[in-house]
Amino acid sequence: MDLTTFLIQCLNALQYGLLLFLVASGLTLIFGIMGVINLAHGSFYMVGAYMSFALAPIVAATFGGGFFATMLAGTVLAVLLGYLLEWAFFSFLYEREHLQQVLMTYGLILIFEEARSLLVGDDVHGVDPPAWLAGSFALGNIMTYPVYRLFISAVCLALALGLYFVFSRTRLGMMIRAGASNREMVQSLGIDIKFLYRVVFAAGVALAALAGMVAAPVSSVYPGMGNHVLIICFVVVVIGGIGSIRGALLAALLIGLVDTFGKVLFPEAAGVLVYVLMALVLLWKPDGLFKAG
Amino acid sequence: MNRSKLLFVAISFAALALFPLASSSYGIDLVTKIMIYAILALSLELLVGSTGLVCFGQAAFFGIGAYATVLLSPDYEAPSVLWLLPASMVVAAVYALIMGSLSLRTKGVYFIMVTLAFAQMAFYVIHDTPLGGGTDGIYLNAKPTIGTLLDLDKSLALYAFTLGSLVAMFGFLALLLRSRFGRALAGIRVNEQRMRATGFSTYPYKLAAFVISGGIAGLAGFLFAVKDGFVNPEMLGWHQSGAVLIMIIFGGLGHLRGALIGAFAFVLLQEFFMSEAVFGAFAKHWHLGLGLSIIASVALLPHGLVGIPSQVRERLTGRRNTARDATTAEESL
Amino acid sequence: MSQSAILLRCTDITRRWGGLVAVNRISIELERGTVHAVIGTNGAGKSTLINILSGEIDASDGRVELLGQDVTTWTQPRRARAGLGRSYQRNTIYPSFTVFENCRLSAQAMAQKPWAWWSNAQRCPVSTAAALDAAVRSGLVDLLERPAGLLSHGQKRQLEIAMCLATQPQVLLLDEPLAGMGAEETERMLALLDELKKDQAILLVEHDMDAVFRIAERITVMVNGSVLASGTPEAVRSNIDVQAAYLGGGH
Repeated sequence: MDLTTFLIQCLNALQYGLLLFLVASGLTLIFGIMGVINLAHGSFYMVGAYMSFALAPIVAATFGGGFFATMLAGTVLAVLLGYLLEWAFFSFLYEREHLQQVLMTYGLILIFEEARSLLVGDDVHGVDPPAWLAGSFALGNIMTYPVYRLFISAVCLALALGLYFVFSRTRLGMMIRAGASNREMVQSLGIDIKFLYRVVFAAGVALAALAGMVAAPVSSVYPGMGNHVLIICFVVVVIGGIGSIRGALLAALLIGLVDTFGKVLFPEAAGVLVYVLMALVLLWKPDGLFKAG
Repeated sequence: MNRSKLLFVAISFAALALFPLASSSYGIDLVTKIMIYAILALSLELLVGSTGLVCFGQAAFFGIGAYATVLLSPDYEAPSVLWLLPASMVVAAVYALIMGSLSLRTKGVYFIMVTLAFAQMAFYVIHDTPLGGGTDGIYLNAKPTIGTLLDLDKSLALYAFTLGSLVAMFGFLALLLRSRFGRALAGIRVNEQRMRATGFSTYPYKLAAFVISGGIAGLAGFLFAVKDGFVNPEMLGWHQSGAVLIMIIFGGLGHLRGALIGAFAFVLLQEFFMSEAVFGAFAKHWHLGLGLSIIASVALLPHGLVGIPSQVRERLTGRRNTARDATTAEESL
Repeated sequence: MSQSAILLRCTDITRRWGGLVAVNRISIELERGTVHAVIGTNGAGKSTLINILSGEIDASDGRVELLGQDVTTWTQPRRARAGLGRSYQRNTIYPSFTVFENCRLSAQAMAQKPWAWWSNAQRCPVSTAAALDAAVRSGLVDLLERPAGLLSHGQKRQLEIAMCLATQPQVLLLDEPLAGMGAEETERMLALLDELKKDQAILLVEHDMDAVFRIAERITVMVNGSVLASGTPEAVRSNIDVQAAYLGGGH
């Protein structure tokens, strides 16, 4: 492998890893703070992607906006969806056992799949990135690299930094972290834990949906995309340690590397490698790489 | 209390035995499929309901048993059930030994995920490497027989053989769960630390449960491969693992008959929502009905379908039946 | 007393968690026929000590000998099978099983026979006999068929002990068996302990000072992981350091 190809694969690994992190961060938050296993988290990713496809003409016609306006509209809708979903459904899951949560969120996946099928159909769609991001730049003498992929990495990185900032520097972040370790105490301090949970959940949904929207031009929009990303995200969360954002980032980047280079170096074993990595990590550290926080 | 459960089970098996007399070939095929899933559900019930090990990779043993059946069969002559069946079960059990010995180092959600990981590994080996014949799957050319006595190519013979296997596995597990081994598993489920403090080395028990469970799931895989004459990688997919988990939770954890009921209910529910006779053109969106049913059942039936009689009793008499909570060995039926 | 023998001996047991020393060079000998009480304030390291002796956690340093054998590297189940029983401060009974089944399953640890998949555990002569014996000695013989979760708190503590006895151990490590008990239940438990110590050696961690001084032959006082004093009840009671650190303010 020459240097340019290596560089390209590194960039791909970074982009894939950061995207995974975006989706997985919502999952690990919801899991770590509310203790809910949400199998339907991948569906939010899928919803985001399909939204970017379905909303584009509407946003263009109503506001004259393009790619970014669609993303904004989609994010707002995702937050609303998350808020509603938490209030109507997920708030009933907190007290239940993990197995029941698994079951109920599995049912939710099925419902989301069919809802999408009814509303938007089952076709695969491409989504165009905005024109100014659609080009490529030269890498070395022969290769080029798509600008949009760098854009994805940039967006995910920005959001990651934003998450870090909110968590460690703001009151909201502090309340969330406190709520994770001691729910009753936070409640007795007069903080509305229900509202807190709703905010966290909505944020988790929005992050996943945003990831779907950002990824759509590269991965295209297809029915099974939610399930595929879900399984990998669970691997990220488990390797990183449930509830740990830091862990999710490290694990996502690790998986990005293993998966990307795996596909290039061992194409036949590529699918297995991520799971081999998880098994190895868990055998070394049965609780994941980091503790929650 | 035990009398009525035993009666229920006996009547169910009798009904299954008589069913082919009243049914079309479609019905026989469907119920054969349900019985195979029931065997698979029983295997998972041993792990989840009896030992408290939530395994999200049961499909691996199922699929490996099925693939072993096809791959070990000679190309053109009918193999004998007498060696092919045990061989398939052993291959599945060996993978369960590997999966168990490594997964049991973790606990809780991590354990669930590691079992999923091992199942995915098996899936990708079958899906991506030449060993498994690729994404399209492979065909079983000649269905196994027992000499001239039994030809599993005949649907009635397969039905009878599957029913026999189901009864045998049910009986075996019923005995196993009331034996000292089974009671130890129950203790491990309730409080593993206490069991260790009392003198039980719990790891070998859990590993043994894994191996037995894997073998039984492999049996289900064998039957499935024989029934369809075809295996494909999706049999090892996590959707399949999820479906079996749903079956036993749906039916009711901690009860063997829950696995039976759950398998029946799940497949029949699926068939119901898929039937165009009832839903017309909407039938292709059958996932919706299934999803809603699953959510409703968890919300309304916390103990699964098995718990319906006591829930009804509670409603009618207004009294909680606390004696229900006490279990001796017989209750696991 | 020709029967007098050291059934359990720990020497210089130390446990460190990173920089913190939870247990510091504790040495204790348990003789048959005696109750050796370990007292101390919360956080003194008593529970850690019991966990180390029973094998639930490893010692950083030191040696544990059970019935003359070095068991320092032995796992907890192995020590239990060799004759070391322990009860917990919290209730670790199996609430969904009957009282009898709680005892029988515990007794089964000494007659496991896991390969006999066809034989009904309820017909196992060894475990059923040992279970009945343990239930009788603990005063639970009238409650055998009751689901353990429905017992009163005191009865649950009795069951906790019964499960311990079911394996017929030679050494008993009891972690606050009197916790949450009323006067009558305490009397019953103390009478039971008096019975038990005749053939066994008992290590008793307790907060109830009256009970401790009544029943113990030897007392070890722990403060911040180390032994402050160790000896007969009279010696400990009159020890100035002990009075200052522990007994003075309370009883």
